[in-house]
Amino acid sequence: MINENITLAFENCKLEKRPALLTYIVAGDSNKKMTLDILKSISPFVDICEIGIPHNTPVADGKQIQNSSYRALKNGFKLNDVFEIVKNFKKTEYAKPTILMGYYNQILQYGENKFLNKCKNIGVDGLIVVDLPFPENKEFADKCKKNHITFVQLIAPTTSDERMKLIIKNSHDMIYYISMLSTTGGKLKVSPKKILKNYFKIKRINKNKNIVIGFGITEKTIKSLRAADGLVVGSQLCKGITDSLKAKKSPVKTLSKIVKSLKSKIQ
Amino acid sequence: MIRIQKGRPIIDQHDKNYLYAGKFGGNFVPETLKKPIDDLTKLFNKLRRDKKFIKERDYYFKDYVGTPTSFIKLYNLSHQLGGAQIYAKVVSEANGGAHKIYNAIVHALICKHAGKKYIIGDTGAGYAGKMLSMAAKKFGLKCKIFMGTKDMARQKPNCDAIRANGAEIIPVDSGSKTLVDAVSECMRYWVSNCDTTHMCVGSTVGPNIFVKICAWSTAQISRELIVQIKKEFGKIPKKLKLINCVGGGSSAIGFWNSFMDYNKSQVEFIGVEAGGPKNSKLHAAPLTNKSKIGILHGAAQYVVQDREGQISETESISAGLDYPGVSPLHCFLKDAKRARYISASDEDALAAYKLVASMEKIRPSLEPSHAFATAIKLAPKLSKDTIIVVNSCGDAKKDESILVKRLGKNHD
Repeated sequence: MINENITLAFENCKLEKRPALLTYIVAGDSNKKMTLDILKSISPFVDICEIGIPHNTPVADGKQIQNSSYRALKNGFKLNDVFEIVKNFKKTEYAKPTILMGYYNQILQYGENKFLNKCKNIGVDGLIVVDLPFPENKEFADKCKKNHITFVQLIAPTTSDERMKLIIKNSHDMIYYISMLSTTGGKLKVSPKKILKNYFKIKRINKNKNIVIGFGITEKTIKSLRAADGLVVGSQLCKGITDSLKAKKSPVKTLSKIVKSLKSKIQ
Repeated sequence: MIRIQKGRPIIDQHDKNYLYAGKFGGNFVPETLKKPIDDLTKLFNKLRRDKKFIKERDYYFKDYVGTPTSFIKLYNLSHQLGGAQIYAKVVSEANGGAHKIYNAIVHALICKHAGKKYIIGDTGAGYAGKMLSMAAKKFGLKCKIFMGTKDMARQKPNCDAIRANGAEIIPVDSGSKTLVDAVSECMRYWVSNCDTTHMCVGSTVGPNIFVKICAWSTAQISRELIVQIKKEFGKIPKKLKLINCVGGGSSAIGFWNSFMDYNKSQVEFIGVEAGGPKNSKLHAAPLTNKSKIGILHGAAQYVVQDREGQISETESISAGLDYPGVSPLHCFLKDAKRARYISASDEDALAAYKLVASMEKIRPSLEPSHAFATAIKLAPKLSKDTIIVVNSCGDAKKDESILVKRLGKNHD
């Protein structure tokens, strides 16, 4: 076991015979306090919290997450603010698994070791680095392991069988399957049946790994994929913030409503 | 110490992680793109060793692009400045008006060989987009060009040409609305459509295979030049300086490629980056302004960024050079000290354009005008037996509105 919080979260969901609910929001959208308030209000319904580190050249992200990142950066958001948010969140929610997701350049500029040290000290449980694929991520993933941080490997529909086996072999206890060829926030253009077929292909290689599915998952589509170990919803939440800000409503309330509804659909 | 190996193509001097000098380039891409990039790498490795493919390429280069482009002496300019003898390689004579046609043709051919019907590409100055739309039309491919809205406004003639060739322009309104955002958006589109669509990166940037394909294509420039120089001087001159502008760096690497193994005291490479407006701090000059190594568009390179790794906005009068990063190959050449890099300001480029266009028969676009600015500055200080060759890699037609605005109506 690399990270206890993540492993236990999946175990609990299995006992409840449902997939884990993972949510993604961008840190600092549209300010530090709002992110913390959102995290606290959705936490009771969420099994694992993913927090995005805003980047201004996010090549794998669609419009919704780009907008969120833009809002955060426009308000002067810095990397240390992510750490502050996680630190404060973990004060009251110590056992809630928290995963940071970002692009490699930010970690590179901060310094890999310094970054991991910081993550460890404030209680980050996992990391997803979008543009650091296997095998380029081997060394970094090992460093994560040493710090009891789960490095989440990604698998895509384009990943070859041979490569899939290698990635799974080198993975920690959680793997992220990208449902379709798309940036984040795309409309689900592949049938749930086909997605699950690929999902079970991965599962068959090693059934002990917890595999979550992400990309294109919303209130509308989540139920059809509930056979998975976990499901990630991101862009719909970022859009929720955009819509609330436009309508001058409270993003905190909007998001907790959406997340409650997401949870009800997989129970 | 970082060294360039002699007798081995510069594009192949990477390690198993596709890094040059262990630190530049690579494939820092989302997992979804790993397979398409692997497939493309295998296909290109096969094609570049296939005599039939080389014949096909050479046929289109000769018949469609029009090779060789001419190599001329700029008598008036040399006489006026005194000192070194100044020549130009008039690459802007190539069909379409710039070096971008070589990369576009090769990508369109690869797309055909891959059995794909759709091709996408990014563009800054509009040349890469225009040429890709030409090649797409020639080979019956459906084409989409990603272009920043700021660039669409300042490079309208090329936008008109892209549309006239039947390609669609996808306006990119995010970030600085220039090339950097166009490349990002093009990559995003590829992530979503890589099963049916071939991507062309318009310069020697991006994941390693795109750096390779582009540099392999523009190498045509120096294959011609080395023959032309030997013919003109009977041998490679003892003091030769090859000056080229550098944005992404595709024309420069192609201009230098065949001369790579010469000693730099004999054949010196000078790359000229965009220094931006006088007093501006937003230079698109990562090699000259001491930028740190970072990741941009899938490759490690010197890149203009802040301390947190956010990519900075840049500013240059020339859309083609207005890019915060630079080819991993140029980072390699810089660290190996094979090439040296400096920058020229917007004002220097405009003045150089004016001088060259008024004295000679060529009208270099704002990108090579940066290289001319450096040649003009250096020539008077050099001996008469020094030969300077400037790559005039683009034509000023696309810059007409900027030239009128900055230099007046009768600007030549």
